[in-house]
Amino acid sequence: MNAPEERKPARSTAAFDFTSRQPRILMCPPDHYGILYEINPWMSRQKQADPALVASQWESLRRLIEQVGARVLLLDAVSGLPDLVFTANAAMIYRDRAVLARFRYPERQGEEACDEAWLTASGFTVDKLPVGVYFEGAGDALFCGDTLFAGYRIRSDVAGHQQIGVMFSCRVIPLELVDPYYYHLDTCFCPLSPGMAIYYPGAFDDYGRRALAESVEELIAVSSNEARRFACNAVVVGRSVITNTECPELHRALEARGFSTFETPLGEFVKAGGSAKCLTLRLDGEDAAAWRG
Amino acid sequence: MMSATSSSAKSRPLPFVEEVQITGHIIDSLILPKVLDLITAGGGSFKIKKITIGHSRSDPSFALVEVRAASVEALRQILGQIGDHGAVPTALQDCQLTAADIPGAFPEGFYSSTNQRTEVRLGGQWVEVASQEMDCGVAVDLELRTARCVAMSDVVAGTQFVIGHGGVRVFPPELLAERQPFEFMGSSVSTEKPKGVAIRQIAHELFKNRQGGGKTLLVGGPAIVHTGSGEHLCRLIRGGYVDRLFAGNALAAHDIEQALFGTSLGVHLDRGDLAEAGHEHHLRAINRMRRIGGIRKAVESGVLRSGIFYECVRNDVDFLLAGSIRDDGPLGEVITDVLEAQRQMRDRIEGITFCLMIATTLHSIAVGNLLPAWVTVVCVDINPSTVIKLSDRGSFQTIGLVTDVEPFLRALVSELEALERTA
Repeated sequence: MNAPEERKPARSTAAFDFTSRQPRILMCPPDHYGILYEINPWMSRQKQADPALVASQWESLRRLIEQVGARVLLLDAVSGLPDLVFTANAAMIYRDRAVLARFRYPERQGEEACDEAWLTASGFTVDKLPVGVYFEGAGDALFCGDTLFAGYRIRSDVAGHQQIGVMFSCRVIPLELVDPYYYHLDTCFCPLSPGMAIYYPGAFDDYGRRALAESVEELIAVSSNEARRFACNAVVVGRSVITNTECPELHRALEARGFSTFETPLGEFVKAGGSAKCLTLRLDGEDAAAWRG
Repeated sequence: MMSATSSSAKSRPLPFVEEVQITGHIIDSLILPKVLDLITAGGGSFKIKKITIGHSRSDPSFALVEVRAASVEALRQILGQIGDHGAVPTALQDCQLTAADIPGAFPEGFYSSTNQRTEVRLGGQWVEVASQEMDCGVAVDLELRTARCVAMSDVVAGTQFVIGHGGVRVFPPELLAERQPFEFMGSSVSTEKPKGVAIRQIAHELFKNRQGGGKTLLVGGPAIVHTGSGEHLCRLIRGGYVDRLFAGNALAAHDIEQALFGTSLGVHLDRGDLAEAGHEHHLRAINRMRRIGGIRKAVESGVLRSGIFYECVRNDVDFLLAGSIRDDGPLGEVITDVLEAQRQMRDRIEGITFCLMIATTLHSIAVGNLLPAWVTVVCVDINPSTVIKLSDRGSFQTIGLVTDVEPFLRALVSELEALERTA
């Protein structure tokens, strides 16, 4: 029997097939990744990423994603934009529409044009929020059921989320992020399916925890230790969940609920404040989004 | 949890205020309670002025919240905090100004004032409009950072006037708090309510106003004299319950006629029959005043020895007589230029806190137009339409009593005397 031919990820910007049911995820190779600036408490230019390790960790994640049944599409890396690798922040996807990011920090604002070019070329209708309204894509806007959960205060503005709610006629629950280590919603909240999500309670205030408890039927809390391992920053494809290593409690909790769990080391990306989920943008809609059907 | 008004707002309202709006799923996300809690935690108070709850899950809700704080800085801090949660001030712009291009007319699109407390936004700060009056323009002095109401006829070319509604906010009076004494009346015009209770309440207000150093303006028509109630009013004046008196030529003419001839419109007030050639009395009274050189001189020379205007002179009550087209004479004190009369009335309502309007439609409406909404107005007339007209023209703070003047004033004087005995 022949060894299966290694599938090359699609680097082209061919038109995106919106009718296909196959899970598709946008990633960006870490060719220009590094800790070039410090815009969150994880980042330190003194703790530089190891390029070889970066490449192998990213590649392992990509393979794992493909292994669980998703197709990976690629965004070209750009020199001087180290965080372009975190495609989750590029935009928020709703059907064939993409609400483009407006990054708070100038260091990342150069990514917007790259993200827009790729999304437009792929056939997405790109929506932009008004200038001055910060919004960091799927990093801060995640559907769980028919509700868009939206992190604000640290990176995204609450006003932008309300506008998205009007654009898509959907219910938006803004959640204030109160811990600078969990500066994006996807670092502390991860919808698994409509009505079920992982979260780290310490990243929210009492209002946020109460709003989540009222709005999500089943919440799986992760411990502070595992939250620090980016347990909530998980890639969900169907019933498969991929996280960074050393999140055993969460994996057990997920397995008890019938999920298959996978771990892959992503320590080099944690140095920049990102992990599995941050490195991906689900283009056909997250499994937990009710609109995906 | 959430209440429509924070506790401190129920007592004395904090002086610095801004209105904010919050839109979205503010109930489910607990954003609204969070914002309200932040206001309270920041030492401020709030009042939810309007709230609309979305019908379906996807419909956003909307809340309009008045935020108050003890200082500009405290308010700024609260607004900064709640702004991060999506509560944004409704007025983000300064008022728009245009210079008057000609005298005696506002620029096109001018902001037309109400009689309610108003503020305009200048350089990001709210400035209270002085001389608040309905149907005026709002003139702004950018150097002094002041704003005031100016009547159309008083417009001076080059003055900056507020255009449109942007950067203007109006504060409706706290009806409940201020109306409590008259709450029992329910409708503002009462023909079928017990008069005794109402008059007792009016007496209380008048008494309280005098005790508290407030200023009372009385606006009266000649029926006060025709109905034989002049002496009641004299007693009010002697008792210190009237600080200013506005009327027309007729009240003064018939009051003086009575003082000089014992008649009003030629009718003997004590007997009720017509005096011979009595119809000439009021003209002779006016003529005598004009010959002497005015009411004050007539009092000083001993010609005028009784009556309302005699008491005004004796008790130092400032009076103003505004003319009309049908006036006989008129008396020398009557201001025949209506615009000039308006100007003088405007100047002389300054500091008035209570206004009693008795038996005059024209002067009641004229004064009602000039008074700010926070001055309590009691209008007494035998004709309900006078009170209704007053309310319809925007003086909605008016408390109306439909009754004959004489029994009203008699009862009012007796209630006041009872209050004085117990005070």
